[in-house]
This record gives sequence, structure tokens and C-alpha cells, in this order.
Amino acid sequence: MLPLRFRRVTMSARVLVGVKRVIDYAVKIRVKPDRTGVVTDGVKHSMNPFCEIAVEEAVKLKEKKLVKEVVAVSCGPQQVQETIRTALAMGADRGIHVEVSGKDYETLGPLQVSKIFAALAKKEQADLIILGKQAIDDDCNQTGQMTAALLDWPQGTFASEVTLEADKLKVVREIDGGLETIKIKLPAVVTADLRLNTPRYATLPNIMKAKKKKIVNVKPADLGVDVSSRLEVLKVDEPPQRQSGVKVETVHDLVEKLKEAGRI
Amino acid sequence: MGIFQRFARIPLKSTYIWSLCRQYSTDLTAVDRALIQHRNPGAAPPRLPFSRVTQEDLAFFRTLLPGRTITDPDLLKSSNVDWLKTVEGNSEVLLRPKTTEEVSQILRYCNERNLAVCPQGGNTGLVGGSVPVFDEIILSTSLMKQVITFDNISGILTCQAGCVLENLSNYLEERDFIMPLDLGAKGSCHIGGNVSTNAGGLRLLRYGSLRGTVLGLEVVLADGRILNCLATLRKDNTGYDLKQLFIGSEGTLGVITAVSILCPRKPKAVNVAFLGCSSFQQLLETFQCCRGMLGEILSAFEFLDASCMSLLEKHLKLTNPITESPFYIVIETAGSNATHDEEKLHKFLEEVMTSSLVTDGTVATEATKIKALWSLRERVTEALTHEGYTYKYDISLPVEKIYDLVQDMRGHLGDMAKNVVGYGHVGDGNLHLNITSPSKDPALLAAIEPYVYEWTSKWKGSISAEHGLGLKKRNYIYYSKPSEAVALMGSIKAMLDPKGILNPYKTLPDNIH
Repeated sequence: MLPLRFRRVTMSARVLVGVKRVIDYAVKIRVKPDRTGVVTDGVKHSMNPFCEIAVEEAVKLKEKKLVKEVVAVSCGPQQVQETIRTALAMGADRGIHVEVSGKDYETLGPLQVSKIFAALAKKEQADLIILGKQAIDDDCNQTGQMTAALLDWPQGTFASEVTLEADKLKVVREIDGGLETIKIKLPAVVTADLRLNTPRYATLPNIMKAKKKKIVNVKPADLGVDVSSRLEVLKVDEPPQRQSGVKVETVHDLVEKLKEAGRI
Repeated sequence: MGIFQRFARIPLKSTYIWSLCRQYSTDLTAVDRALIQHRNPGAAPPRLPFSRVTQEDLAFFRTLLPGRTITDPDLLKSSNVDWLKTVEGNSEVLLRPKTTEEVSQILRYCNERNLAVCPQGGNTGLVGGSVPVFDEIILSTSLMKQVITFDNISGILTCQAGCVLENLSNYLEERDFIMPLDLGAKGSCHIGGNVSTNAGGLRLLRYGSLRGTVLGLEVVLADGRILNCLATLRKDNTGYDLKQLFIGSEGTLGVITAVSILCPRKPKAVNVAFLGCSSFQQLLETFQCCRGMLGEILSAFEFLDASCMSLLEKHLKLTNPITESPFYIVIETAGSNATHDEEKLHKFLEEVMTSSLVTDGTVATEATKIKALWSLRERVTEALTHEGYTYKYDISLPVEKIYDLVQDMRGHLGDMAKNVVGYGHVGDGNLHLNITSPSKDPALLAAIEPYVYEWTSKWKGSISAEHGLGLKKRNYIYYSKPSEAVALMGSIKAMLDPKGILNPYKTLPDNIH
């Protein structure tokens, strides 16, 4: 039986989950002819896979009655509402759409997003922020860490297991050398790694319910955040083309080819 | 020692007749042949008196196809066995031509020498039609994989017969088109093989069969003559449509070397819904509702039963995305406007959910999730191979009767079968009935056949909806075609291939009456 003060923290806990709309993992990426970025028009987008894992973890905590409310947050233009809806269909309670569009959206990066999350965490009185460890488009792996720093909250990054114990979080982290287990106090920031869970499929009854859930629109200015970027992308190039291999018929041919290439 | 003396000393047991078959095929009486066929119509017939490959033959092939005449038994092994590992031949020669001209020279030579030839594409056929029965020379299209032309205004693709379906799909997708057919074997099957078997697949519901989408063929006939009917015209009513003879002929009337096919535009929006139904009746009503509400964007309507799902979970470790149900449906929509399609789809899903036709379901719009949902249907065949031995039946029936056959077979076979599963293209009235057993079981086979064919025939169905007849089903043709039709088929075969060297022992029955 948990002491009363701990129960209060956990039972009324609110979780903010960040969901990013990215180009779908299965799409073949093309660089724009002007080399300023990649082609996004007409290209299939979906929720960042690590964000899906984050949503799944938050929903699981709610199902275990360890947290009270899961709020899905996304920053971007009108289309990100689809991504928030997917999170709602997976079990999030309500959504917040932080409107960022046009040039601001093109230059939106971890620093601005983490400022937005920090502001929202304070406004919504969140106890836990769960984010994906990184986005598959920019591979920055910075937002979670920056958000924790701005809030001065502890962080459990690359989480492959999260357990709520009273007002502390036990986080098993995937690191180069193996697995590291840490205990951090709530409120905290956790970033989800691949093996944390397997995201559920949004089933029809939940998709129907999600249509009725609320998504609130907010502007960065309302949160006191300046989204201008200090970074400028100079150019974007495709990786060098891999040379195709050559098949030879006999061992003799192989030796000749290796000699020609100066390898032997 | 004379043959008669041997006969006099040893009793005529059936095994002895079999061993005699192999040595003295021409000495069998009509009674013996009838005896053998009656026991097991799917088994191989005795070897016909074709020539055997000699060193001179090999020398010819090696000169014609240097480095592409394979005689190494290890390399030949995989081409001698079918994908299901149920049929094995003893070919000693595998030829890999690169051009139509080479195929023509091979067939001209083989025809003169009376050497049997087994054309082979991706070797993914399920009726033993793509592998030799005895020592037929394997003619592989694996090096004939060039795309010849593609016109992106008309969408007409011309390519060699050995192009792998998936590669063609990828090629077309880059140009905003798709192949009009799609099947689980796409990673290995060749378009030439698809056309020779008139493959159906998952998109038939939307784009029709190859008989409509193939515009022209280049075929090499048994005597080496090249028949170039590679028209790239949508409409051409000049004379008899010869290509229709070769489509679905399973390599017995000619070897297809090039195909021109009409390709549809790549849909801008593809959605897949995976639904659960509690009865087959509700599944059919869902289909009707689907046709009504999604008609113009519907591109696939497939089903699988609960037994299939448990096999997928058990052998391939796939997860069921929804709650367990007796039946599962895979619905695919393909259209030009994502918002419109999603709206239509969501209205449809709301309708079937509120009317309880469907008990649970999920929807996918992203490529990765779509692939995952499709794999639940596409990989059933693979999951079945892990059960041991599978008896496969590909039946066309009136749609309402489809699952009755599965339930009837379950009752009829009882404990003899390990698993009886049903899945398939319910939208096209095509059931894939599969019966598994830990190993090959003649008693089980005797219980299944001809019961399943008689059942099908009673409801005027087809005993082979899309898999073809190949080796395994050739003698069952009379369950679905009248004897006048089969006799005419025999005449056409005799006219186009008088020596019978093209894919012998396949498609047509051993005794045409």
C-alpha cells in the first residue's frame, strides 16, 4: 500500500507525449533538385516510429492506472493533426497542436521544440514527458535531453524498460556497453528506444472514439517561445551511389580481376 | 532372358508394375496404364519415349550458350524441385538463354532430336508444372530479364519473360505506374510464368485478369519458329487472337519470351483495413456493403480463417492486430485522392461496426503498416509449409458456398488431417483450401480426392481457379471441362507441338477421351 503522498502523485499524473510527423519509413527519399532539402510534397508521411513507442508506453501506464491522463503533442502545420489523431486512436486522451508552418516549420529543430515542450509541461502541469529517442528524418536525438535541461528535470534516455515505483521511475537504458539501470525522481523526461514495447494497432472502436477527442490549437508565441532558428542548411546531398559488384565465372577470372584492381 | 519368362516366375504385384514402368514403359499394356492412373491420378505417368541427352547435345548447347549450360547436379537440384518440395525431377541439363533467338535455336534443336523441354520461370508454381518429371531439359528464363520499352502515356510495358514481378513493380512505381497483378510470390516469379499460368492474384478484383491486361506476346513454338505478336495496342481486331491460346497454356503450346502488358497508374492513396467477422454470412454481407460504399476504389477483398491466423502466429510469430475472430478480411482501397478515400473508408467502417457485421478491425495508411497487414494474408502459404505436408486446393465456387467446402472437409476428414484451413480471394469467388498433415499420407489423400473435386463439380465450380493444372491436377480436368473441350485442346496441342516436347506430362490429361 503506497503512502498517501505518493499515491497522489501517481494517480493524478499527467503524461505529455511528443509525436512527430515524418516521411514514412518505407518511402524512398529523394533530394530536391535545388539541394536545399528532401522532397516532401505528395510523399507519404506517418508518425515517427519512436514516437509510436512513446505513445504506446504512455497508454500502457494509463491502462495500469499509474497515470491519469495522456496528452499527445505535435508541432507543425495543419497535417500534423492526423498524427495527433493516430495517437488519440492508440489511447491518448486529448491532443495539443502547436501551429508552426511555412519557413518556421522548415527550420524547426530540437532546440525550439524542447522550449515548446518545456513551456507546455509547465502550463499543463505535466509529471512525465515521454518522447521518442530520435526522429527518423533528422536523427538528432536531442529534444528529450534539451527538454529535461530546460526544465531542470532528470532524464532517462534510450529507455528499453520503464517501471513506476512510488514517485520514482526505474529506467533501464540501452547504452553501448549494455544496459544501465537508473532511478530518477518524477517529474522526469523519458525517451523511448526500439525495444521498449511493440506499439499496438489502433482498432476501429478506438479510431471511432478518437474522432470525438479534443485537439487544441496553440501558437508558439502563446507559450512565449521564439521558433526562429540559429542554424542554416547549406546543402543536402544524396549519399554516394554504391558501385555494383561484378560476377565472374571461374576462380581464374576472380584472380585476374583482383590483380587488375591491384588488390593482390 | 525373355520378358515373358520373368513375368512367369514373379507375381504381378503393383510395386513390380511400377519398377517395370521405369524400364519398359513401351511394354506396358493399356490395362497396366489404366491401373496406375486409377490408383493415383496426380502421380507421374510413365516416361514417354523422348531421346536422352547425349554428349553431342551438350556440346551443341555449350557452343550456343557458353557458360550458361548447367550440368552440375548441385546447381540443378533447386531447379528440379518445386517450391512446395513435393515434386522432384531428374533433369541433368539447365539452359539459360538470354535472347529469343537463343530460345528459338534451343527448341529447333530439341524438336529435331526429340528431346523434351520443361520451361521454367521463377519456379513458384503450386501444381508441379514448373519442374521436370523425368529428365526433361530445363529451359530457364532467369537471364531474360530486360525491360524492352515503357510508354508512360499509354502505360504499356514491354519486357522479356524472365523479369521478376517485384522488379517490374519497382520499375513501374518509380514512373508512377503499377503492375496489374500482385501475388505473394512476387519476389521470385517471372512475368512469363505468370502469363503462362494466367496468374490471378490479389489485384484481380480491380484490374481484371491477364487475359485482359496482356496486349501482346512473343512466343517461340515447339519447332523453333518465333511468333511475334508483341503488339502494344489497346485495340486490335485483326484476325484470331492467338495470344489467348498461350496465356494459361502452362508452357505446353509454346515458350513465352516477351510480354507487352497494360499497366495502371499508381494510386495516390492506398488504404488497408483488417477486419474481424464472427460468421461467414456476415463476411459476405460485409462484402456487399463494401461493394456498395467503396465500389470504385476497392482493389482487393481477401479473407482468412481463424486456423490460418493461429498458423501465422505459431510458425511465423506474426501478431494478430485485432481481437480473435472466426474470420478475417483484408480490404484494400486504391484511389487518386487520399482525403476522399479515407472519408469513404471511414464511413464504410462506421457502418459495418455499428451494424455489427464486423466485430473489430484496424486501418493502415502508411506503407510499413500496410505491408504488415498484407503479410497476414500473403504469408499464409509460407506458414502452411511449416506444418509438414500440405495438400493444396484452389477452387472457384459460388461465393456463398466457399466456406461450406471447408467445413464439410473438416467433418469428412476428422482426425486424419492435422489442420484444414481456408483463405483466399473471396471477392473473386476463389477459395484456397489447404489440408495439412505431418507428412505425406496416401490414406489422407484418398479421403480428400476425388471427394473435393466431386463436391466442386456438383456446384459447377472450377477445380483449379488460378493455380493451373500442371502435373498434379492434369487428370482432374474432366471435373470442370466437358470431353469435347478437352478433345479440342488435344488437337490444338498436337497441331502446335506434334512431338509433344513442350512441358510433357502437364496440363492435359494422360488419356484424352
